[in-house]
Amino acid sequence: MKRNSDKLIKITEVCLRDGSHAIAHQFTEEHVRSVSRALDQAGMHYIEVSHGDGLGGSTLQYGRSLTDEMKLIEAAVEECKQATVAVLLIPGIGTVDELKQAKNLGAGLVRVATHVTEADVSAQHISLARELGMESLGFLMMAHSAPVEKLVEQAKLMESYGAEAVYITDSAGALLPDQVRERVRALRQSLDIEIGFHAHNNLSLAVANTLVAIEEGATRIDGSVRCLGAGAGNAQTEVLVSVLDRMGVNVGIDIYKMMDLAEDIVAPILHRPQEINKGSLVLGYAGVYSSFLLHAERAGKRFGIDPRDILIELGRRKAVGGQEDMILDVAAELAGSR
Amino acid sequence: MGKVKAAIIGSGNIGTDLMYKMLRSDVLELTTLIGIDPESDGLRRAKELGIGTSADGIDAIVKNPEIADIVFDATSAKTHVRHAKVLRELGKIAVDLTPAARGPFVSPAIQSDISLDVDNVNMITCGGQATIPIVYAINEVADVRYAEIVATISSKSAGPGTRANIDEFTITTKRGLEIVGGADRGKALIILNPAEPPILMRDTVYCEVKQMDEEKIRQAITDMVETVRQYVPGYRLKQEPMFEENKVTVFLEVEGAGDYFPAYAGNLDIMTAAALRVGENYAVRLKEGKYETQQ
Repeated sequence: MKRNSDKLIKITEVCLRDGSHAIAHQFTEEHVRSVSRALDQAGMHYIEVSHGDGLGGSTLQYGRSLTDEMKLIEAAVEECKQATVAVLLIPGIGTVDELKQAKNLGAGLVRVATHVTEADVSAQHISLARELGMESLGFLMMAHSAPVEKLVEQAKLMESYGAEAVYITDSAGALLPDQVRERVRALRQSLDIEIGFHAHNNLSLAVANTLVAIEEGATRIDGSVRCLGAGAGNAQTEVLVSVLDRMGVNVGIDIYKMMDLAEDIVAPILHRPQEINKGSLVLGYAGVYSSFLLHAERAGKRFGIDPRDILIELGRRKAVGGQEDMILDVAAELAGSR
Repeated sequence: MGKVKAAIIGSGNIGTDLMYKMLRSDVLELTTLIGIDPESDGLRRAKELGIGTSADGIDAIVKNPEIADIVFDATSAKTHVRHAKVLRELGKIAVDLTPAARGPFVSPAIQSDISLDVDNVNMITCGGQATIPIVYAINEVADVRYAEIVATISSKSAGPGTRANIDEFTITTKRGLEIVGGADRGKALIILNPAEPPILMRDTVYCEVKQMDEEKIRQAITDMVETVRQYVPGYRLKQEPMFEENKVTVFLEVEGAGDYFPAYAGNLDIMTAAALRVGENYAVRLKEGKYETQQ
């Protein structure tokens, strides 16, 4: 595989964070221990553990965690001999207090996430993480929704705050391969730091898009085992590392062990298979934040309307990540107008 | 009886919007808009309106203490800490629109009458002004165990101060939900939405209550919305309150009056409108006090 970067590829497994959405935040400590242990033994580089909406996300707005995320972080840290435990922080939801707590429990990396146009709210958290001695990365969500120049401008802001990498985060799973290429290329030409890519599989493009991103020079790559992530999940990690291996890219992760843990440990945790159903397909098609899926399905049931209509209306109103409260509001409005 | 004299320190967006609102007040007379930049748009507008101006900052009041009995501070948290001390020494009442929180938190919909012994009050946050009254109203009839609010504002209406320290918003609002709203535990979320045209401020309030009584809660919410509308006319329920087991969900929308800020910036409007109302309540008290001593 020809790559526009000579740096090592570092994989972050997100099923214990992004997957929280898919199982309504019902992870138990035992889930986290068994998954982390197996991932660590397979050679995974980073394992992200947090509420789906990041530190402090256990709320009525997003759904409460069954288990306190700090307990889960602590458990993951205890199980990992070589992997680094990562956390997600969305300013406006979590604060520096939770970040310090996670760091004290042994989290070594934080991704500070903002909407793609709002990078300046992350300055405080990105620089604090550096001061705490954590790896500190920026995560620009809903990256499909802004023009490339805007993405570059915002990524440069995160770089100026001290971010060691900036992710193009395709939260809606809406980016097409050419759009991924264009974005990674633009960042590569303007940033001195690493570029990351986080996919959602709503249009069945997660692995393909990730390969395009790697070719263009992205080196921080996200995946979720068994697609355990919001919407239709992310780039399926065990598939991604197998494909990379076939393409001659060795990332130092044991493929057989990944396949085993996907089948034996992660699959039983799923509430339903992570397939692309009409709901998740519409997320990608309409460019809607992937974690809205289960909320829209519940609201659809409650108000007797098609969840797709809710999701498409949310896309039309340009809802951003975190606006789960708009789902009930829009559903009630749609129901009232019938 | 004449009006009570007031001054505003800070000629930025908040101070300027507050100026326009104060011109309509029946009880407050804005004598001076005070800034530090003589070229600022706020000071220029004040001059055009025939209002006194100064670019000397707090010194304008130190040198001429008679210009105001009530001083509205729309500078920054750091600056207000210094101002609070000076104003106290001068015997002025301070209405603090910064996050400094030297004095107690106040929402005029809840604390309509404040003792003159309290000479410095803090306006909490925009999200707090929009949501704490609702939590308070629900708590009065149903005992709120947990209150969570989500404030969504247009990106354009979030200033550099808010952006540089967004944790200050979430932490201060959470405290306000507990201290003023009366919730046993609070949690605040803030979301910036860059959509064009800019969205109106929207706030969602979730309360978990100990004594669910839909009828009483619905009435309490309706009454409180009316109370807030007396000073923020663009404050309204976006949707009928929703009830589910022990949970109440209230959807609010705040449209600004469009004085200096555009109408979408309901978050900024509700701050200045609430601060003005607090100042007016003080003014009424002060006038009563003067009246009594004259007797």
